[in-house]
Amino acid sequence: MPKLTIDDLKKIKEQYKATFTLREGGYRAKVTVHMGTCGIAAGARDVMNSLIDEMSEKAITDIIVTTSGCAGLCSKEPMATVEMLNEAPVKYYSLNGEKIKKIFKEHIQAGKIVEEYALVVGSETAY
Amino acid sequence: MEDLSLHILDIVENSMDAGATKVEIRIKEDKGADRLTLEVKDNGYGMDKDILKRASDCFFTAKPGKRFGFGIPFLMQAARECDGNFSINSAPNRGTSISASFKRSHIDIKPLGDMGSTMTVLICGHPEIDYLLLYEKNGFSYCLDTEKLKADLGGVPINTPGVLRLIKEDVNEALGTLAKQLG
Repeated sequence: MPKLTIDDLKKIKEQYKATFTLREGGYRAKVTVHMGTCGIAAGARDVMNSLIDEMSEKAITDIIVTTSGCAGLCSKEPMATVEMLNEAPVKYYSLNGEKIKKIFKEHIQAGKIVEEYALVVGSETAY
Repeated sequence: MEDLSLHILDIVENSMDAGATKVEIRIKEDKGADRLTLEVKDNGYGMDKDILKRASDCFFTAKPGKRFGFGIPFLMQAARECDGNFSINSAPNRGTSISASFKRSHIDIKPLGDMGSTMTVLICGHPEIDYLLLYEKNGFSYCLDTEKLKADLGGVPINTPGVLRLIKEDVNEALGTLAKQLG
């Protein structure tokens, strides 16, 4: 039976210590993936997984990824809201694993909003 | 919903809205009895009799400003389509437990799906909650207890991407092995 081993945990602790010293503290961005019934049925889990994979690959620890419920625009799901520190939140719509990777690269890492996938800027609820 | 792991993710999101701090997910497969049972139990606010009665109505939701609530009706439908049963038990301040059972050999039964992804997304979205995943199949079992894992991690947040990835691999490898060995 596979189990997370002591070695796995040790390795994680060392990696975490190494990245922690590089951080100034606090988080740079918050990504909220809308995980209501509509979002889940439309593929929100894949979107979030893709984001976690991307962060894991690049060893990024200064971004919070969280979930919320339905935002009232079920036909536009999967949606995600990206909030960069001290900037207005941007809501993205009709996402998939590939689109969120592009948003991660261009918006979260380089600070440029991906306009073609963006629905609205500046409000958390859009209805 | 394409698979049962997505239903589980959806049901546990309700627990979060109910302010739960502990969620138990139990999946039991019994080949002999030809049964698959899912159970989600939380320690959230719970529901009073009136809300409980309406929880399985898709035109009812407890959320302000919303008109529909499809999570519970979808799971109920999935169970009943497979000669299964569905039940909810809840009381104010005493949490909620939901149980859905399926005939395992039914042609319409959905696959269990990617439980590793479901657990990762739950932990990443709400790392403060303690999750217990218990999967049992014909006497063999696998358990993921995030309360214990958090203690073992000794200060490293459980939602660190590297940890999440390991959890996903661990769950999927364990469930995959059991599926292969036991059929």
